[in-house]
Amino acid sequence: MEEGAAEGVTQEEEFEPLILAICCNWCSYTGADLAGTSRLQYPHNIRIIRVMCSGMVHPNLVIDALSKGADGVLMCGCHPGDCHYLEGNLKAEKRADALFLMLEDLGIEPERYRLEWVSASEGQRFAELMKDFTDTIKSLGPSPYKMY
Amino acid sequence: MTDSVGAVMVVGGGIAGMQSSLDLADSGYRVYLVDKSPSIGGAMAQLDKTFPTNDCAMCIMAPKLVETGRHRNIDLITNSTIDKIEGKAGNFKVTVSKKSRFIDESKCTGCGICTQKCPVEVVDEYNKGLKVRKAIFVKYPQAVPLIFSIDKDYCIGCGNCERLCKAGAIVYSQEPETKVLEVGSIILSPGFDEFDLVQKRKEYGYGRFPNVVSSLELERMLSATGPFGGLVLRPSDGEVVKKIAFVQCVGSRDRSIGNPYCSSVCCMFAIKEAVIAQEHNPGLEATIFFMDMRAFGKEFDDYYVRAEKEHGIRFVKNNRISSIAEDPITNNLLVTFIDKGNLVSEVFDMVALAVGMTAPKDAKDLSEKLGVQLNPYDFCSTDILFSPLETSKPGIFVGGAFGAPKDIPDSVSEASGAAAKASSVIASERGKLVTVKEYPPEKEVSGEEPRIGVFICHCGINIGGVVDVPGVVEYAKTLPNVAYAENNLYTCSQDTQKKIREKIEENNLNRVIVASCTPRTHQPLFQNTCAEAGLNPYLFEMANIRDQCSWVHMHEPAKATQKAKDLVRMVVAKAGLLEPLTRVPIEVKPSGLVIGGGLSGITAAQELSKQGFEAFIVERENELGGLMKRVHYEMVGEKKDVQKKLKELIKNVNSDKKIHVFTNSTVKDISGYIGNFKTTIDQNGEEKEIEHGIVIVATGGMEHKPKEYLYGENDNVMTQLEFEGKLAKKKMDADTVVMIQCVGCRNDERPYCSRVCCTEAVKNALKVKEMNPATSVYVLFKDIRTYGFSEVFYEEAAKNGVKFIRYDDETKPKVADKKGLEVKIWEPFLGEEITIKPDVLVLSAATIPHPDNADLAQMLKVPLSKHKFFLEAHMKLRPVEFATEGIFLCGLAHSPKFFEECVSQASAAVSRAATILSKKTLEAEGMVSSIDEDICSGCGTCVVICPFNAIEKDENGIARVTEVLCKGCGTCAASCPEKAASIKQFTDEQLIAQVVAAVKEVN
Ligand code: FES
Repeated sequence: MEEGAAEGVTQEEEFEPLILAICCNWCSYTGADLAGTSRLQYPHNIRIIRVMCSGMVHPNLVIDALSKGADGVLMCGCHPGDCHYLEGNLKAEKRADALFLMLEDLGIEPERYRLEWVSASEGQRFAELMKDFTDTIKSLGPSPYKMY
Repeated sequence: MTDSVGAVMVVGGGIAGMQSSLDLADSGYRVYLVDKSPSIGGAMAQLDKTFPTNDCAMCIMAPKLVETGRHRNIDLITNSTIDKIEGKAGNFKVTVSKKSRFIDESKCTGCGICTQKCPVEVVDEYNKGLKVRKAIFVKYPQAVPLIFSIDKDYCIGCGNCERLCKAGAIVYSQEPETKVLEVGSIILSPGFDEFDLVQKRKEYGYGRFPNVVSSLELERMLSATGPFGGLVLRPSDGEVVKKIAFVQCVGSRDRSIGNPYCSSVCCMFAIKEAVIAQEHNPGLEATIFFMDMRAFGKEFDDYYVRAEKEHGIRFVKNNRISSIAEDPITNNLLVTFIDKGNLVSEVFDMVALAVGMTAPKDAKDLSEKLGVQLNPYDFCSTDILFSPLETSKPGIFVGGAFGAPKDIPDSVSEASGAAAKASSVIASERGKLVTVKEYPPEKEVSGEEPRIGVFICHCGINIGGVVDVPGVVEYAKTLPNVAYAENNLYTCSQDTQKKIREKIEENNLNRVIVASCTPRTHQPLFQNTCAEAGLNPYLFEMANIRDQCSWVHMHEPAKATQKAKDLVRMVVAKAGLLEPLTRVPIEVKPSGLVIGGGLSGITAAQELSKQGFEAFIVERENELGGLMKRVHYEMVGEKKDVQKKLKELIKNVNSDKKIHVFTNSTVKDISGYIGNFKTTIDQNGEEKEIEHGIVIVATGGMEHKPKEYLYGENDNVMTQLEFEGKLAKKKMDADTVVMIQCVGCRNDERPYCSRVCCTEAVKNALKVKEMNPATSVYVLFKDIRTYGFSEVFYEEAAKNGVKFIRYDDETKPKVADKKGLEVKIWEPFLGEEITIKPDVLVLSAATIPHPDNADLAQMLKVPLSKHKFFLEAHMKLRPVEFATEGIFLCGLAHSPKFFEECVSQASAAVSRAATILSKKTLEAEGMVSSIDEDICSGCGTCVVICPFNAIEKDENGIARVTEVLCKGCGTCAASCPEKAASIKQFTDEQLIAQVVAAVKEVN
């Protein structure tokens, strides 16, 4: 496409969070691709990291991300029952509970981590989720661990 | 059979021909792919986007083009036509003549310097005459093979190219060649031609009014590589088009010009063009004038509804426009059409004519030379019901649009189906004429410092139009370990593959990154390129800067560029830590499980058997046949007795030693993986275990039981299949029959089209008329969707007095029982409601997915579509397989379709499966778990948690991974308290590096 409308030049620096979306290869990453093929626009703040399954992500990775300066981490897996490896997503769900406890200890707001299910056909949902999560993080402000 | 030849000739290298070739070449046959044009790719190479997913045509086709171009077992014979054929099925001798390119094919590198200095400009037919090319040219930038040709009609012999060509490839005196090739079977996939707008539809002003364009010209305009970089501009004055009309059925559904059939694709094509044009020209008003909206394919109706509701495309139905006139001063176009009974005119900036498909121009010639018959419209004649892929001559098969106009997924599945048929003729010769793919020895890189090469794709303007690609390249060069970076117009093109190999060599690269589209589709292509350069394929990573960047931040170029840099930085960080991986070979069981014993399942099992593989059919009912048991006669072809044929088929299956039939059976459990599945079958409560290499899902569909129109309350209200049963028993004595279409579908509950019901209704209406011409038959419909050659029967039904009355959601028929059925319907031509008192009311009920689909999907871990049919890996190009390797689908399990389409798909599934079953061993994923024995404490968490039982404790109490069983899910890695387990290619270290790179402050 041609260069889009002039980008909004904001008076005061608006807080632009850095958000990591960790997506499983089989459904969520495909859903993210579908958002692209359908040209659904969502905030630029999202950086996607591809993993094979939401169940392969060690909680430490999330803690690492949030304690090293990411303002939010969104973990996306297949809907329950759809996991390419049977129940990886359910494991991720259990780990999320543990994660919230760890975040509490570190003084990180629990809203900075979210686990969501996105299927390969949910491009629209993926885009909406990205908007929603970005809004949440924007309202929380920068991560307490943000290093500038 | 001893003198059979293990080679197949494929005539025509469009998407169908490529698919046939790849299937055959991957399952052990030599393939000669003959194309009359200097490069393969066919019509799809000219498309911008494809419906209903809006996938970029070139993006999805490029990997196939490249794969076809470089496959060891495929010989591309371009610029060539068939001269003569001798012999018979199993052993043909085909004489092929090749026109001169005036270029030495073995020397041309495709660098293109010649074309830059060629002084002669020629109208470019690839761009539909909207652009010019040179007299020395390639058809399109991603052309395969990337070899230039000199157009001698225009060449002035200046000698510039010869002087400049460093490779010395120019041969002005090159002579045409002929060669004789021996093959066992032949597949015809020459595609289609466009209807001749200039000669045959003069009144629409095409060729006279500059702003009347064909739908394919518009497609070229929409393309990034087209004449206006993707904008839709008026040819008359270059102004941006603001208001466009699409006129449908030009050269189709029109007996006056000899094409009474429907071209099947134009409705969806027009909707897609309208949607994409609007995306490219914001604010564009688009109107589509059509007779019936034929959105009959999988999820097509959803697309149609979205176009109307979300994109505001205006649809003017039931309209063959009256005329197009031009204002000679403004070159605006005045379109006259009927609106609510009145003639009205409206002004448009541009009119796009939906140009129909015709048989290829050389169809007659081909038919004479090969001795295959054509149908009355010069398409290839096929014996439709039971063998839609066979021509009239044994050993010669047909795939794609040459059999009937059709879209890409149908062409692709037919092409695979034809490949199965072609290979079963010569199954005994499998593997005899092929060369095994050999890669150069792998370079040892483990000890070396990472030297990363980064290749960043413009993807035409898909990425380059938003992201500052050269800027990202410069940035990449500053990153640690990056030894080389460059940008490419299309990183996936064949010439870039060559370039990547060269750069690996020149710069001694030991890691490669491509920043382009999605690894889901393109990673294997690039990994293969790495392997060809002697790099372990796992030393490769991708950054997705298109689907997940430029396309989703289209209006924020600066932000998108920043993000692209970040994404590249992230994978560079990961790439530095990549390790070479080896793949473990796994054995393949040469047999297949077919779930479902309807026509699709039966066909799949028979095809497997013909290919030399064992087949197990699991059928839940007590006999084979499925939905087909309820169909009695056919409208087309020889009006065969369907039941008689079905019985024959079942008999053959039951006596086939390679086919094992389990009736009254269900699949209780499936475990294992590609090549090695283990299944428990429950037969009447008794459990049986089988082992097999692949799975084909052919579970079929069902006829919906209507809830409306007094169905179940009045005995004279019945479904179309019930009615057919009565007709077959000659138990039909009615003066008046009313049929209502779209019962239970195209509504809020099931917003899809069941595809077959219009043709079924026409078939049964004709049967009623045949039995008693005095019977009045009314068909109440929303759109009549008798696509392809069925249109001719619709025409016949109308001629025989069947009355077709259109309704829409607001004017649905009202049915009451007033001591006899009474149907009230608004008659749009009379402009009033009429009352019909039918003796029989026939409901064309939806085809619905089987309710068991959900359970099976869960067992197989494969997805369902939103309408609960099975969802294939890719709607356009992988129609019969799932993303999970080794599992395939066909027939009604995929979506509603005709029996002949089921046969094509079932054969296609077998063809795809044969690419696996024909191998003794496959290589397992290298991306598996590994456990560091020095760290492992032997706690056993992973042993318990592994969903695939791939981990055991060894004699020392240390966890060990059985690599062939490991699927690489990483559950162990995420659960190991000592962090001893990790998944290769996704180790903690690598993921953390990626995260750290992401949060590192951007400069
Ligand atoms: S594969 Fe998607 S969550 Fe497991």
